[in-house]
Amino acid sequence: MKIRPYGDTSNDGKVQLSFTLPVKAGAKGIECAKEFAKQMGMIDPNVVHCDAMGESFSMYVVYGRTPFSVDPELITVNELETPALSMEEVETLIAEQLGRDVVFVGASTGTDAHTVGIDAIMNMKGYAGHYGLERYKHVKAYNLGSQVQNEAFIKKAREVHADVLLVSQTVTQKDVHLANMVELVELLEAEKMRDDVLLIAGGARITHELAKELGYDAGFGPKKYAEDVATYAVLELIRRKNRG
Amino acid sequence: MKTYDKLNLDRTVVAQCRGYAKAIGDATQTFIDKHTTVTVERSVLRLAGVDGIDKFDVPIPNRLVDDVKKKGDLSRGVSVYLASALKATGLPLDKFLADYREGKAAIVGHPLVKNDEARKVLKPYFDASFARIDANRAKRQAYLDRFGKRDCELYLIVATGNIYEDVVQAQAAAEAGADIIAVIRSTGQSLLDFVPYGATTEGFGGTFATQENFRIMRKALDETSEKVGRYIKLVNYASGLCMPEIAAMGALERLDVMLNDSMYGIIFRDINMQRTFVDQYFSRSLNAYAGIIINTGEDNYLTTADAVDKAHTVLASQFINERFAIQAGLPAAQMGLGHAFEIDPAIQNGFLYEIAQAEMAREIFPDCPLKYMPPTKHSTGNIFQTHAMDTLFNAAATMTGQSIHLLGMMTEAIHTPFLADRHLAIENARMVQTTMGAMYDELRFAPDGIVVKRAEEVLRGAHGLLKSIAETSLFDALENGVFADVKRPRDGGKGLDGVFLKHPDYMNAALERLKEARP
Repeated sequence: MKIRPYGDTSNDGKVQLSFTLPVKAGAKGIECAKEFAKQMGMIDPNVVHCDAMGESFSMYVVYGRTPFSVDPELITVNELETPALSMEEVETLIAEQLGRDVVFVGASTGTDAHTVGIDAIMNMKGYAGHYGLERYKHVKAYNLGSQVQNEAFIKKAREVHADVLLVSQTVTQKDVHLANMVELVELLEAEKMRDDVLLIAGGARITHELAKELGYDAGFGPKKYAEDVATYAVLELIRRKNRG
Repeated sequence: MKTYDKLNLDRTVVAQCRGYAKAIGDATQTFIDKHTTVTVERSVLRLAGVDGIDKFDVPIPNRLVDDVKKKGDLSRGVSVYLASALKATGLPLDKFLADYREGKAAIVGHPLVKNDEARKVLKPYFDASFARIDANRAKRQAYLDRFGKRDCELYLIVATGNIYEDVVQAQAAAEAGADIIAVIRSTGQSLLDFVPYGATTEGFGGTFATQENFRIMRKALDETSEKVGRYIKLVNYASGLCMPEIAAMGALERLDVMLNDSMYGIIFRDINMQRTFVDQYFSRSLNAYAGIIINTGEDNYLTTADAVDKAHTVLASQFINERFAIQAGLPAAQMGLGHAFEIDPAIQNGFLYEIAQAEMAREIFPDCPLKYMPPTKHSTGNIFQTHAMDTLFNAAATMTGQSIHLLGMMTEAIHTPFLADRHLAIENARMVQTTMGAMYDELRFAPDGIVVKRAEEVLRGAHGLLKSIAETSLFDALENGVFADVKRPRDGGKGLDGVFLKHPDYMNAALERLKEARP
């Protein structure tokens, strides 16, 4: 069955939109906004708010109906399907199935100065009540911080015999992070290390699908915590070990 | 800003904190006074009027200092080399630089003049730059006298990478109500050991700090100031490996506020601590002279460390930053000590802890234009939630008399702000300031309540921390990861190869003038 956005009635298709136009606020601006919303496909757009931002710009809030619909049955998602084990369960798995420490090396690479993401996964304290990898038994976690160049990242990975590389990208401009993420894959391949490590990307704008496209083993976006990453990594390492 | 005694803080403990901070500052200053750095020396050249690049885009100040480093003795300071070169060639500075660019003149290889003679030779050049800085200061003051200044100034950021696009956004933000505009630097600039040259239109996550970009934005904001009848302040970052040079450029181009922390680069950019301590002293001495307000970076601690458990490190660092500022001759009115609203909103009564921290900073540093930073750590893609959190932040700022109020963006953690994001942020802050304007004067706290107790606990924590740092050293504290949970080795990080032990005959003609001018 096809669906539409739900405003206050089934399939009414009501959506909200806000944007800025480089025109002076006023009747003409409102008409521009309405026309723009129509061209986007909105039916009966209603400009509920128009505000001046200086003399040359104005912002709008528009409500309207969309004629478009989607069939959820036809939508496929490339999602990681790992169970979320607890920290203790992961620790037990490592002890029983791998019998050695698992080494994680993580960094916010390239020009990215944000450490929020990598800290949330790696730091002892973790994030929102989810302990970070540093607290896990049988895990050695190296958090290299921000603005780490790919070369330095690989050097550290080699030095500590990393099993898992965690690459964090938070907020970047003009998609510079994509080129940087691809460069890491190329460098790892050139160093003949790509098959020896699990390569995982994470960040607010990262999806598993995007990560796979870029040549990573997995990607973790918002609302994923250390145990999600650890569970995936450890199960995958066990799988690879058993495969021989 | 009027201040009150709402928290019944133990003033003996506060005085002891300042005592420990002084001991820490004095010990570090002993180290600072014995050293110089490549970027301090390049700043001296910039203040003498040296500017420009060679045909490979290398800045002339870098070329000259590198020449002295390689073929001379930089521990004597670049002042004496420049003076000796001018004396020996008999050329005025501009002619000498023209010849130098063409490879027809050298800064080394001349008989070195005595320090007194060097001061005399360089005096007209420094006179010109210092007169320009004096004029900038006077012009700023004239604007402020004419237009006045709000008690709590709204601070907004632009970051397009293109200075001309930044101008469009900055002017729109100022017209919408912003009082202070910061141009975020391109990521990675803090780690460049030179300052890029000229107007720039490409950057990542921000725009390069160059003297020409400063000039372009200052001119644009002056036009907007006239239009809106408020003096719009301009901010940049005297931080990273070229901290003193950017301070020099800012002083020459009339920036009003400089991010200029004594430890931020060490902790968050892995810049060597010896380098940073020496650089922050020179840059702060210059900011003091130029009438530039510095902003410190304590807010950043809470993006990596927990805002509840590590609140005392913010206060301890404020005491240390205050001390370093005093040592560089900065008056309290130019010390924009930083802190932030970063407590997890899921914590019971977390807002009261925020109020405690902000009110405590206000009471302990009554004459400082405190810089208050909005929530970022707990901002997600839920823009509605983030906007609500920013409203709470605005309320906390208004309830505790903060001075420099950096506006939170509903799209924090998503992208660099859209024009409308800034507009909505200003509207939110203005609404809060209007509807609860007198709250700061009205508000009192229960004597045994959560706020008073929290402030006491944080002050006690800072006291203990400062005491332990004073008993060892600031170098040790940074090696042990006291601030922001980040550990930095004394000889690690970037830029140590640019630190030099001063020769007994070392002379810095610019720093001497800055020191003489101190009240």
